[in-house]
Amino acid sequence: MSSEKLTKEEAKTRFEKMVSDITRPMTHHYGLNVWIFVLLMILSLFGYAYFIQVRDGLGVTGMHDYAAWGMYIANFVFFVAAALVGMLISAVLGLSGQKWITPVSRIAEMIAVAFAMIAGLVIVFDMGRPDRVLNVFIHGRVQSPIVWDLTVVTTYTIISTLLLVLPLIPDMAIIKKRLTNAPKWQMMIWNMLSLGWIGTPEQYKILHRSIRALLILIVPVALMIHTVTSWLFAMTPRAGWNSTVFGPYFVTGAFVTGVAGVIVAMYFFRQNYKLKDYLTDFHFDKMGKLFVLVAMVYMYFNVNEFFVPGYKMMEGEDHHILTLFVGSWAGLFWFAQIFGNIIPMFLPIFKFFRKPMPLMIISVLAVLGAWIKRYIIVIPGQLHPFLPVQNVPDKFHFYVPTGPEIAITLGTIGMAITIITILAKIFPVIPIWEVAEEKGIDKETINE
Amino acid sequence: MRYAMTMDIKKCVGCSDCVVACQTENNVPLGFCRDWIVENVDGTYPNLELEIRSERCNHCDNTPCVRTCPTGASHVIEGGIVKVTHSECIGCGACIQACPYDARYFHPDGYVDKCTFCDHRVAKGQDTACVSVCPTKSLAFGDLDDPNSPVSILLRERKWKVNAPEAGTKPQVYFLI
Repeated sequence: MSSEKLTKEEAKTRFEKMVSDITRPMTHHYGLNVWIFVLLMILSLFGYAYFIQVRDGLGVTGMHDYAAWGMYIANFVFFVAAALVGMLISAVLGLSGQKWITPVSRIAEMIAVAFAMIAGLVIVFDMGRPDRVLNVFIHGRVQSPIVWDLTVVTTYTIISTLLLVLPLIPDMAIIKKRLTNAPKWQMMIWNMLSLGWIGTPEQYKILHRSIRALLILIVPVALMIHTVTSWLFAMTPRAGWNSTVFGPYFVTGAFVTGVAGVIVAMYFFRQNYKLKDYLTDFHFDKMGKLFVLVAMVYMYFNVNEFFVPGYKMMEGEDHHILTLFVGSWAGLFWFAQIFGNIIPMFLPIFKFFRKPMPLMIISVLAVLGAWIKRYIIVIPGQLHPFLPVQNVPDKFHFYVPTGPEIAITLGTIGMAITIITILAKIFPVIPIWEVAEEKGIDKETINE
Repeated sequence: MRYAMTMDIKKCVGCSDCVVACQTENNVPLGFCRDWIVENVDGTYPNLELEIRSERCNHCDNTPCVRTCPTGASHVIEGGIVKVTHSECIGCGACIQACPYDARYFHPDGYVDKCTFCDHRVAKGQDTACVSVCPTKSLAFGDLDDPNSPVSILLRERKWKVNAPEAGTKPQVYFLI
């Protein structure tokens, strides 16, 4: 931001203050124990529920002949959505030279890595025979969308992990010199990840080049990960799924989810980690504007998705659209549309709603709306099949998730949050060296 | 060789014998079925028309279920019969979603199961279980490539239709009307 020339002394004091501000939460963590206890409770609940599911089979879930995909797949789509945008925000804005994204980028990347890692697991929890998951690799066949999805999720997880780790290298070198009384295992991790960084021009050149290459590479992979996920549905001739705009519809939906998720995380870290000087009102203001933009694009695809079939009202589609708009799914549908799209599109236009607190509240509701939106994309499409079987049990006509199902879904969200917690505990949540460079602190001071 | 089945709507009385025979022959778990009866009533009283169909997997020529299978557990064997290798199935459910006829179900043991056209009986030269028990002889099974097989003769002599032709799957269970 400010590019005025700093004297050596000034630069040094500023930099030291910055490092201590950012690393303080890594050593002083009030309430972390309570938080970890809560997470452990969720995870043990998950463990018990999954034990029941493995022991008794998928019959313990609410899934049946009609709705053979339930809450798990809806949750999976949500995870993919949450995973893709963190990266896309930092990649697209970073490549187009938007400097304001720098302090936010690591938070976005941490969210992306955590959700991408768990997304693959969510699919395994949905499988009837998780012990045979390796069959996908042994007998994998290229024309199956499931195999595409697995491939692209794995690729994305690897690239996004690299994109989290590479910009950490100089920070690791900074931290290992300053936090010398940290536990031994942390020192070992920092030492390993700093890869002998001393800040020579040669090292800077290699680092910048590899980060740039990965940023370019991640854009198509991130777009593919959600497009392929949408194809799992769009490749089948079911009312509500049989749509050509499903790819971009899902991707733009993920933009809204991702931006909202990043805003919530920014607010949390700003309050709990006391990073008001680094995640300023200015950043929330910018994120609010981005929020309006992505919600508008999403609205465009929503109109396409519902208006075109709604105008024609073909057989099957008519029933689907009516149940969503005015029928039994209307409550969830309108909650998702209003809080997940309409409010994020209009409210942050006004300056007041781009302040941290109101923006955070809008974002929490938008994340909730986004989850429900995935739910009403996946479930209602299955409840009115092409050729309904007659005289089926009454319970086939609707889908209600059971206790173990909800516990496992909660558990997967708990896992993602656990990963974020661990990452934020052992790594700085603000990229120190990049922010320092932008504040006009010279490279010598940074690598001293 | 192309196996197919015909189902005479004019003869069927909807007794569900075919359903029970299949469940017994193929050891289908309680509460599930590989074939089923559909009763459609059209028109308004007193001009009513009742159509009873015995439905099952259509063993399509263009199989969306086999295409979507990630492991090759779903496959087509000689004669166009679509089968599932239980030991390779990971239970992802993609084929259940892809099938427009809802012909597949989740076996409680975690894999997907479906009609096999009783290939173990066909290999011995017998009819499928459902065909062999039908009291009104409304079901017939045979090879379409053989002009003298019961299905070829029936399809030549009678008018017929298939289920959901718009799905583009080229189904091989024909309903004689």
